[in-house]
Amino acid sequence: MGIESEIPVLTTTVEKMVQWARRSSIWPVTFGLACCAIEMMSMSCSRYDIARFGAEVFRGSPRQSDLMIVAGRLSRKMAPALRRIYDQMPEPKWVISMGACASIGGVFDNYALVQGVDQVVPVDVYVPGCPPRPESLIYGIVQLQRKIAQQKLA
Amino acid sequence: MDSSALMRALEEAVPSARLQAAPAIDLQTTVYVERDDLPGVARALRDHPALRFALLAELTAVDFHPRDPRFEVVYLLVSIEHRLRLRLKVRLFNADARIASVHAVWPAANWLEREVWDLFGIVFDGHPDPRRLLMPEDWEGFPLRKDYPVQIHMTPRTTEALQVTPEEFRANVERDRLARR
Repeated sequence: MGIESEIPVLTTTVEKMVQWARRSSIWPVTFGLACCAIEMMSMSCSRYDIARFGAEVFRGSPRQSDLMIVAGRLSRKMAPALRRIYDQMPEPKWVISMGACASIGGVFDNYALVQGVDQVVPVDVYVPGCPPRPESLIYGIVQLQRKIAQQKLA
Repeated sequence: MDSSALMRALEEAVPSARLQAAPAIDLQTTVYVERDDLPGVARALRDHPALRFALLAELTAVDFHPRDPRFEVVYLLVSIEHRLRLRLKVRLFNADARIASVHAVWPAANWLEREVWDLFGIVFDGHPDPRRLLMPEDWEGFPLRKDYPVQIHMTPRTTEALQVTPEEFRANVERDRLARR
């Protein structure tokens, strides 16, 4: 980017502008599965205020979202529903696996739960914790923004 | 009414049933019933004026593997009219784990029996809707049995079978199109 002297114009590449637009307005889909969702809600509310990073518009419909925060343990019966919601989101889309259960199964090492949601959907950022504090999740979203800023268009 | 008076009232209400009082650590009246007597006992418990156990609070089962009779089906009953509680137990053998459904006496039993079938594999004869309740419909095995391998790892399914036939799907699309016109 460079400001051309004399003329009030900003020059940049299309790629950089698209990356900036995408990372500055992430719309997460409302998808809370367990206690992690409480921390996720807390993150979006006034005390932690994810609006500071432009990701506060939680949508009820996957068709309007580009981020899925898998907040909580995923049961085997829920896995097809999660996959369907992911498939309904338009490209480009990203996934954050929030907490120990979503990432590796957590304390639930049993038949009923999926041992890591990366078996069902591709995960971009893993946020550790049980549950992670809102700050951790905000850090995860900032990491995702960095990742988006590096994604090439072609 | 104390425990022994309740037992006497019960024996009066269904004289033919083989009832056996059981000790319970919480002092709640607990009665073992033979499997074949259950339908008559259930109806009498609900309808007899001295009992009126109209509320089935819980229906569950216990697996005592490797003991045989292996299963105990437990009915927790409440008489709102007489302020009584009763715990009813039925022993079942592993080779013949089936029992009559009580959904006609207490409609609340419908989903509770489905849950017990789902997790323990106990068959409820005469149940109107004998499907699994909690586990996926194509699940194999009964997870709350003591000999179930709890920590099995399988790849999760990411798709479900179609919920409608292709004809129903087409009819839905057509109806939707007409509604939007």
